[in-house]
Amino acid sequence: MADKIYFLPVTAYFVERIIKKEKPDGIMLSFGGQTALNCGVELADNGIFKKYKVEVLGTPIEAIKNTEDRQLFVKKLNEISLKVPESKAVTSIEEGLKAAKKITYPVMARIAYALGGQGSGIAENEKQLKEILKRAFSYSKQILVEKYLGGWKEIEYEVVRDCYDNCITVCNMENFDPMGVHTGESIVVAPSQTLTNSEYHKLREISIRVIRHLGIVGECNIQFAFDTNSEDYRIIEVNARLSRSSALASKATGYPLAFVAAKLALGYSLAELENSITKVTKACFEPALDYIVVKIPRWDMEKFRRVSFEIGSEMKSVGEVMAIGRKFEEAIQKALRMLGVNLHGLVCNKIQFENIDKELKNPTDKRILAVAEAIRKNYPIDKIYSLTKIDKWFLHKIKNIVDMEKELGRFNLKSIPKELLRAAKQHGFSDFQISRLLIKEKSPDYGKNMLKIRDLRKKHEIVPYVKQIDTLAAEWPAKTNYLYLTYNASRDDIIFDGKNNIIVLGSGAYRIGSSVEFDWCCVNAVFTLRKLGYKAIMLNYNPETVSTDYDVCDKLYFDEMSLERVLDIYEKERPLGIVISMGGQIPNNLAMRLYRLKVNILGTSALSIDNAEDRHKFSKLCDNLRIDQPGWIEAKTIKEAERFARKVSYPVLIRPSYVLSGAAMSVAFNKTELRKYLEKATLVSKENPVVISKFITDAKEIEIDAVAVNGEIVIYAISEHVENAGVHSGDATMVLPPQYTYLETIRRIKEIAKKISRELKITGPFNIQFIAKQNEIKVIECNLRASRSFPFVSKVTKNNFIELATKAIMGMDISGKYNTVDLDYVGVKAPQFSFSRLRGADPVLGVEMASTGEVACLGKDMNEAFLKAFLSVGFKIPSSNVLLSTGPIKSKAYLLESVRKLEKMGFNLYATKGTADFLRENNVYAKVLHWPSEKKEPNILTYLAERKIDMVINIPKSFEEEELTNDYLIRRKAVDFNIPLLTNPQNTKVFIDAISRFKIEDLEIKSWDEYS
Amino acid sequence: MLLKKNVKLILEDGSVFYGVSFGAEKNVSGEVVFNTGMVGYNESLTDPSYKGQILCLTYPLIGNYGVPSWEKDIYGIPRHFESSRIQVQALVVSDYSFDYSHWNAAKSLAEWLKDENIPGIYGIDTRALTKKLREKGAMLGKVVFNGDIDFFDPNAIDIVKEVTIKKPVVYNSADKTNSNINNTIIKNPLNNKNIQNKKIILIDCGVKNNIIRSLLQRNVSVIRVPYDYDFFKLDFDGIVISNGPGNPKMCKKTIKNVRKAMQKEIPVFGICLGNQILALAAGGNTYKLKYGHRSQNQPCLLKGTKRCFITAQNHGFAVDTKTLPKNWQPLFTNINDNTNEGIKHKTKPFMSVQFHPEAAPGPVDTEFLFDEFLNLKWNR
Repeated sequence: MADKIYFLPVTAYFVERIIKKEKPDGIMLSFGGQTALNCGVELADNGIFKKYKVEVLGTPIEAIKNTEDRQLFVKKLNEISLKVPESKAVTSIEEGLKAAKKITYPVMARIAYALGGQGSGIAENEKQLKEILKRAFSYSKQILVEKYLGGWKEIEYEVVRDCYDNCITVCNMENFDPMGVHTGESIVVAPSQTLTNSEYHKLREISIRVIRHLGIVGECNIQFAFDTNSEDYRIIEVNARLSRSSALASKATGYPLAFVAAKLALGYSLAELENSITKVTKACFEPALDYIVVKIPRWDMEKFRRVSFEIGSEMKSVGEVMAIGRKFEEAIQKALRMLGVNLHGLVCNKIQFENIDKELKNPTDKRILAVAEAIRKNYPIDKIYSLTKIDKWFLHKIKNIVDMEKELGRFNLKSIPKELLRAAKQHGFSDFQISRLLIKEKSPDYGKNMLKIRDLRKKHEIVPYVKQIDTLAAEWPAKTNYLYLTYNASRDDIIFDGKNNIIVLGSGAYRIGSSVEFDWCCVNAVFTLRKLGYKAIMLNYNPETVSTDYDVCDKLYFDEMSLERVLDIYEKERPLGIVISMGGQIPNNLAMRLYRLKVNILGTSALSIDNAEDRHKFSKLCDNLRIDQPGWIEAKTIKEAERFARKVSYPVLIRPSYVLSGAAMSVAFNKTELRKYLEKATLVSKENPVVISKFITDAKEIEIDAVAVNGEIVIYAISEHVENAGVHSGDATMVLPPQYTYLETIRRIKEIAKKISRELKITGPFNIQFIAKQNEIKVIECNLRASRSFPFVSKVTKNNFIELATKAIMGMDISGKYNTVDLDYVGVKAPQFSFSRLRGADPVLGVEMASTGEVACLGKDMNEAFLKAFLSVGFKIPSSNVLLSTGPIKSKAYLLESVRKLEKMGFNLYATKGTADFLRENNVYAKVLHWPSEKKEPNILTYLAERKIDMVINIPKSFEEEELTNDYLIRRKAVDFNIPLLTNPQNTKVFIDAISRFKIEDLEIKSWDEYS
Repeated sequence: MLLKKNVKLILEDGSVFYGVSFGAEKNVSGEVVFNTGMVGYNESLTDPSYKGQILCLTYPLIGNYGVPSWEKDIYGIPRHFESSRIQVQALVVSDYSFDYSHWNAAKSLAEWLKDENIPGIYGIDTRALTKKLREKGAMLGKVVFNGDIDFFDPNAIDIVKEVTIKKPVVYNSADKTNSNINNTIIKNPLNNKNIQNKKIILIDCGVKNNIIRSLLQRNVSVIRVPYDYDFFKLDFDGIVISNGPGNPKMCKKTIKNVRKAMQKEIPVFGICLGNQILALAAGGNTYKLKYGHRSQNQPCLLKGTKRCFITAQNHGFAVDTKTLPKNWQPLFTNINDNTNEGIKHKTKPFMSVQFHPEAAPGPVDTEFLFDEFLNLKWNR
């Protein structure tokens, strides 16, 4: 770990201040993604590195600029006569349209220095281009209009170069989705599958030539468009930094790119670094894979209102999964299951398409399923190809899966030939899929049937084998245990002789609601287990995580986390037990099923977990303990639901059991909404009943994170939300220790937590969420696992909750005094939203979680920490003009004082009519701007488009208004033009308080260890 | 759909792997070797260095891009293949792609194997097989459909005889100036003098087409001669000793000829088997590696520098650096296992490399060595 850590925004301003304070000798810019790279370029341009004599290690600034600035990039490549798509950098819309005419449509507009293709788009004609350019110019002064190469193959190479000019390609990858779909949005395979030797090495050689010419030292990524009918190519871009692709390449090959890049930046040569997998060979080599890797992005678009489901040149995915197999069919089916979006693989899903041709032609997150459906409907491969441009090799492989599905359907449990069953497993079919195809019952018990298939194949000795990833295709003995399972094998690579083994289940794909927080928990659990002398076996399949670094644990299984696969590994490894409380909801959901199959679950018992997860059981438990809960009902019919809602009065909250990140949670304010949401909820939940509860407004939300041993709490931390209840806890701004919660409330929360912990005999981590309104405290959620906020409370209180929880789970004595309350500083955790990438999505907070990440900062008081946190997620302190539209009268009144503060600070206030009227009555002057729908000037939209507004405060009138409203247009426009937007009254108030008290210069530059 | 296993791969240690046939159905035997390259099965299958060997590819998905046509390049050499036929005894893979997809494919790999009467097997745990070969060393093996066949050791016979050309052939590049057809020439990092139109004797021990092409692209004339041919009566300027199969010590006549050429101080460039022959001719020794180098990712350090090159390799024997006579020095060393990857005379124009600067299949990073050879001090 680092010697010093600053929880501060990665912006030129803060980094300069840290440099000034720390006086470092060198700086590395290429490890923190685009954010760090942009920050570094800005610092270099400002002369900061020169001023403080800081050496840029690795790729020089000059080279970074040559890759980031399209004009320079094209110029550099022209110097060595390599091909790039015809393009022109433009600085105005007119210039862009002119350039496009010359290049000829379709064209693509791209932004320099943009992360994940932000703001880019494809235009078939002038009208579309105009629209894209307008938006794009809000992010950047320079836009590249370039020939669009839709349908070409998209190929990437990860390239490493040292300062002695040794240069290698570590991995190449081929996109399943051809050009036109951003590589982050594509299904990707490694290595390439459809390139011949000549093509593979031609692109490899060009990659090396480019990287040498650019002078990159360390790691980078180069992307090609490759013709499908010749060896013609275009170089699309070079990322002079570690990227999402390099993380994927590291996991796909076992080659630790970031580690090697850091060494190279320090001046080592590739030939002197060792291959950390074999320990005998060197890092100067190109990994040979003897498996295929498939990456599929994970999207969460259904979480957003109004968002488009189509995928294209901009990144919308929030995570990804990687599957390893020895057949494409095996890997792709594994990967689809790993996504955790209720897919059982490529087939045996209950998904229907209304218009297959359209699904094929316009890619969405479901396109590959539409391909399978088309094959099932006997579309010729040529037709599917012409609609999708997905290489026929992939289409044939998909056909193999569909054919297998058909073949299996001809048999039943008794008649299935042994070799067909084996072939099905080799084609990546899960026991579940096979059971669905073989057991034709009217109302099948899928859980039982799946186990019947398991028994059958074990009887036939059809079991998966464990293979190692060793970077050299078995040419050299591998010392590390980076493993996957496959049915395309006949023996295990390793011997299972381990005693003292503990399996830790990971967190799966990053998605809204589960991100790196749970991976932090898993990694810390693994560290603790190893410290205690256990052999930690990690199971996870997310290539972006630390837990899937093979050197973090004793054994890494990079594989599915299904019941079937967990049992496969459990049976092979015969561990002491399994830890399911660190990886969030995915492992937690396996609790009861593992328990019934006699898997030894360590820590809190599965029955207790079930008592907490099952609302019915939990509610009964609360009743028995006299713990208050919002009124609720388990509704099976719409009538029942309506009756309940009338009784407790609207609004009501609708949600299924076993829920994370508020999937399919909704608030209904009236009968019509209730009906509509009920339909949506039942669709998602399937087996679990729908729960409807009273939705409490104007209440505070408070959480407790704790660790208990045999039901006795040993350590806890209480955090409060800035936003009132109604904002999903994952989207809320959290404050620790609480600043505005009554001592009495805290005392009572502690009491309730103690009662619950005792009743459920918790051993390990847990989290309870409360609503507090005028001394009334109600429990709204209880999770007997580590929660999203465990890393936050651990880092703020400097007590590692996970280390303690792991020790507790392993039966160690962790009793002691832990200070988590009496802190001389405050920690604030704030959500990071990605609305700007989700075109059309309404950027408003609700019960559905929408944030894709989070930050945490420390400060001497709450306002300071809050401001640092908000600056970290991209907020800017407004300079002069603020637009106000402060919502219903209650929030107007609530924010009046804050608005006065803004006026006092000298801001020019603009407001919608209603807000302006209200303010005028209270002697605050704001200039009226017309609503978007009024089509009159001065109009809000014009002001936003012309960037005359520095910050927008727009409080929605209600949580669930679906119709296209003026408010929505304002919010969306603010996001599209990258203008800071506040939509919640409470955090608006705190933000204004904070900027009224602190200027940016007043924010303290203190490292983590300096807060004590 | 059903994987009906109908063929056995039997190793000399008695282990048996069951697989499914996708090529010709006949019993064959040979030395079982593995290659870890992820692309280039068409080039590998036609590489004469594999003569007598059963080739196991460790990359599991094979056949993806089919097999191209036999179209010829401007030199009259097949553009996509390294010789005129499949050279391996049999091909062993994990997963065969029956449906290929590529714009230049003319047929499937299965069709080609059948056309050339070569067995192909899939459905085998090629990783388990590779590990066995790694642990126990390269082994003899046989592919058996019905009945049985004797083991056969290609290293025990003069196997080069089976792949060398029968009569000399002349390739003239004089009228094809600057025809840089594969478009992947890496700039010589050393230097690049103007090369005259030299005449090169190419000793064919089982030469790969891309060696011939690489020479022709550099404006030299190539006289390709049989491995035991007495070429001293011909008019020529330098010698290239090609790659080839088997034990280098079996090439007695070739070694003798090379020794004679060195006495006359004729520039010599050896590739792969040529490296071993040059070493033997100089008085050094060679030995058999446990399981050889067959891959596209072998790192070779240029002696006296920090420059390390990724190379394509296919060899089972190696030069013993310790036995190099005075005035000779290693040129390249493999940094994975420190084996010899090339030798060089300290003062005279003799050099050779163990890897394949002509690539095909593999990385083209060391193609500059052809220029390096042509830039040596040539007396004649």
